[in-house]
Amino acid sequence: MTKVVSSLREAIERAGLKDGMTVSFHHHLRNGDYVLNMVMQEIADLGVGGLTVNASSLFDVHLPLLDHIQSGVVSTLQTDYMAAGLGRAISRGAMANPVQFRTHGGRPADMARGVTPVDVAFIAAPACDCMGNCSGKFGPSACGSLGYAMADARYAKHVVIITDHLVPYPLQGWSIPETEVDSVVTVDSIGDPKGIVSGTTRITRDPVGLVMASYAARVIEHSGLLKDGFSFQTGAGGASLAAASFLKDIMLRDKIRGSFGLGGITGYMVDMLRAGCFEKLMDVQCFDLQAVESLREDPRHQEISAMHYASPVTKSAVVDSLDVVILGATEVDTDFNVNVHTDSNGYIMGGSGGHSDTAAGAKLSMIIAPLFRARLPIVTDRVHCISTPGKDIDVLVTQAGIAVNPKNGELADRLRSAGLPIVDIRALKEKAEGLTGKPAHLPQGQRVVADVISRDGQLLDQIRSVER
Amino acid sequence: MKEIRKKAWAGTMESSDAYVEVEPAQTLAVELQSVVQAQFGPAIEAAVADVAAQCGVTKGRVKVMDRGALECVIRARVETALLRGMEE
Repeated sequence: MTKVVSSLREAIERAGLKDGMTVSFHHHLRNGDYVLNMVMQEIADLGVGGLTVNASSLFDVHLPLLDHIQSGVVSTLQTDYMAAGLGRAISRGAMANPVQFRTHGGRPADMARGVTPVDVAFIAAPACDCMGNCSGKFGPSACGSLGYAMADARYAKHVVIITDHLVPYPLQGWSIPETEVDSVVTVDSIGDPKGIVSGTTRITRDPVGLVMASYAARVIEHSGLLKDGFSFQTGAGGASLAAASFLKDIMLRDKIRGSFGLGGITGYMVDMLRAGCFEKLMDVQCFDLQAVESLREDPRHQEISAMHYASPVTKSAVVDSLDVVILGATEVDTDFNVNVHTDSNGYIMGGSGGHSDTAAGAKLSMIIAPLFRARLPIVTDRVHCISTPGKDIDVLVTQAGIAVNPKNGELADRLRSAGLPIVDIRALKEKAEGLTGKPAHLPQGQRVVADVISRDGQLLDQIRSVER
Repeated sequence: MKEIRKKAWAGTMESSDAYVEVEPAQTLAVELQSVVQAQFGPAIEAAVADVAAQCGVTKGRVKVMDRGALECVIRARVETALLRGMEE
């Protein structure tokens, strides 16, 4: 027996795809992904329409989706993140139905709850055997962890694996087991390695970024959480990586052995593992080649599913055991609400990803952001879009001072006595506006172009069209 | 009464900077492209006009391509471009 079918078309037909159904995709191949476009074109050629596309993230490599939206092949998008090119078109009103934004934990949770049933999951796999055991660790398009795809494999009614590297049965070290797979399709290439993982992720050299990173590391140092057993997540942005690098120096100096690093794993986190800062890495997604190699070679580096990472409806998720997370923001308001969905002109250019999941779970959730970017102050009276509610944010670090959420009086006292510059968040807003001037208020469009759904399934905010 | 005698420029297209080009013209004309047009467009146009007045320039075309520069940066870039354009 074999599950290998002769073509993508045959796989779609065997899946019984019909008008109005939901198809799903994962984003581990990021901006190098060929599979979503390949599958959607085949579906369009078959004449199926009115589909819901549930993708864990969408990148600008997926711009052909706009054609499928216009022609009626796709009527609804569900995603956790949308890059700026697609986001701009959506903000301009490219779709009749609002986009549904979820979080990396909320997406599998809503699949499990039956809120967003998936009819057919199309899973790009860098290595797969003829029965569907598959992995991201091997093959020419290796991407490392397949954590987000594990949800699709678990919950979809029908699962198609698409691979460019068919290996003899059984593939060992699988991410998704054959028990969840209906068919396997081989194609010439599932993605462009240059867009899948970056060769290196780099620390910032920008002096403002380095000041913020140094403050961030010192906030962690004096938070009371930095001791043996410490756990940590940080993003792949330049300032976040610099903060991790400063934190590593502090941990090595004080001989602190942390328990685990979580995330989105970069080479910097791998360095921290090897240097003894952590016992384990818990990896839902690899950001660079060093992370992919480490996941493949080092048993201390553990792949986890999106559910295990962040789902609020599992019996527990790793975010619930997390001490500190460093996160970014396009805007933060004086109630500590954070926007990572839209830019300062109101255009969609991102999404929560794991932002609000880790902010909700971590004991200390820290935002790093400059006082202003390109003349636009980061702290505002009200964010354009609430991506993560202020109740889940503890600290905002800028180059001009550190604002602590008033709910955290004890932390503010600790940091103040450590000599860190603690300021009121409103003072940061005033300081920024003193330098930039007060930006004119922008009118919002009439149409709702996206719903932002919190990790526990509630409508958190709505994003309106941009009609300027 | 001073005028722009030749093409000149100042600044860069880096984020948070502005690139300013000046050239001879019969009247004073300001052209602005800005990434923060919606938030600061009128304020930037007023600042450019103010710098031109302070320099006494009444004839010349001033083109500002703003990448989100602070007002002090825009003023400095415009002044430099005007002074360069007024040289023989």
